[in-house]
Amino acid sequence: MTRHLLSVSDLDDDALRSVLTTAAQMHDVQHRAVKKLPTLRGRTVINLFFEDSTRTRSSFEIAGKWMSADTINITGKGSSASKGESLRDTVRTIAAMGVDAIVMRHQASGAAQQVAGWFDESGVATSVLNAGDGTHEHPTQALLDAYTLEQRLGPLAGKRIAIVGDVTHSRVFRSNVLALPRLGAHVTVVAPPTLMPSGVASWAAADGFALSDDLDEVIDSGVDALMMLRVQRERMAGGFFPTPREYTVGYGLTRDRLATLTRRNPEAVICHPGPMNRGLEIAADAADAASSLVLDQVSAGVAVRMSVLYHLLASDGIVEGSLA
Amino acid sequence: MCPDSPPPQAPDQSPPDREVLSAGDISRALRRIAHEIVERNKGAGNVVLLGIPSRGVELARRLGALIADIEGSEVPVGSLDVTMYRDDLRGRPTKTPHQTHFPSTGVDDRVVVLVDDVLYSGRTVRAALDALADYGRPRAVRLAVLVDRGHRELPIRADHVGKNLPTSHAERVTVRLTGYDDVDDSVTIARAER
Repeated sequence: MTRHLLSVSDLDDDALRSVLTTAAQMHDVQHRAVKKLPTLRGRTVINLFFEDSTRTRSSFEIAGKWMSADTINITGKGSSASKGESLRDTVRTIAAMGVDAIVMRHQASGAAQQVAGWFDESGVATSVLNAGDGTHEHPTQALLDAYTLEQRLGPLAGKRIAIVGDVTHSRVFRSNVLALPRLGAHVTVVAPPTLMPSGVASWAAADGFALSDDLDEVIDSGVDALMMLRVQRERMAGGFFPTPREYTVGYGLTRDRLATLTRRNPEAVICHPGPMNRGLEIAADAADAASSLVLDQVSAGVAVRMSVLYHLLASDGIVEGSLA
Repeated sequence: MCPDSPPPQAPDQSPPDREVLSAGDISRALRRIAHEIVERNKGAGNVVLLGIPSRGVELARRLGALIADIEGSEVPVGSLDVTMYRDDLRGRPTKTPHQTHFPSTGVDDRVVVLVDDVLYSGRTVRAALDALADYGRPRAVRLAVLVDRGHRELPIRADHVGKNLPTSHAERVTVRLTGYDDVDDSVTIARAER
């Protein structure tokens, strides 16, 4: 049992399935005249974002509001952190106000786990949801990716999914390789050697995914989904590739690769967690193609986050047979 | 989901529960309820049946078929999950919600008959009424249940009851339905496990 969601691995198989099943019911709320459920009435959720975000922060806010929770946004730039307050003091201050959950995004890997640890040690009842911590994990992104792919492709067992791009800096990759293989998908991670983290082979063996540095070969082998990762230049301190043009030639989803992808499998779909660097990792033609699920992912993000908030907060953390 | 209803499973090897409704009794009760619904609404042209998961959905499906036999025309049947509207989520295991499915007719200006297996505290029905209000404005809402076991905690009553069953809080009423539980229809009563 847990009252935090810091990693996809916090969810056992039953919980993973329950979150996705519940998300399907939550998705219907988006199409109703009354976009409101009373489930979390009286709960307070703080979105504490130390990094810029459009999708994740707004979808967590909408998710909370549609579940009738009171949601408040705090950004690092506008908080006392900008005056030098430590993370520990910031989160303890927020928790002392009696909030039920903190949805936290932070540039440091492990930050959410650190905060959850502080809360657990001191008996603070506030739940922590990891909305992205450095290059570590982004669990709700992986959950919404899995949900979106299931909605389009059906059960993922046996489906071939390639995750492509800046793997080294990608928390989306890390969460997805913990989620997708557990749902039965055959995952291949594709990146130039300079953007493949050291020691990734041991993760691949442990979590059940394959590695490749040849995107054309992977596309030509026929895949059901291509998940393009954003090139995170803001996290790059060195030269991971000679020029953006060279990256695109080797690992971008270009118009030609899109044609090959569709020729090999007319039902193949394209995902991207956003924001997209159009013309770098994904061509505009691919981003806007009928097979692009980019906006479906955004829509699913609200439903999945409603589901996660429900699972973590509705039962006061008593979640038997649901969360690991 | 009615808190009395266990998940589908084969009957266990514990001492047998006392059967209070047999498959035949359930069939007759549903047939009577179907006739009552038709009589009460002077036909079924404006009726929508919404089953409350899980077994209420199966009962609504059966009632729909029975009313169609009586009236000679299909009756819209759907399902209404109330998990997100319950007032007793805190301190209980998290439930995965069931599907809500509304017939294409919608519910606006229709007579909606909510269908559930066991009426107990009334809290499930209260949640269903709240949920229904978010989907539309029925002309009237009625309630059909297979078993009313009493012990209401809210001012709610059923319009159509298969069997009024006096019980104590210490007893458990279990409904099993072919098509959901893969066993013969039955309603049993037993002392609840401590």
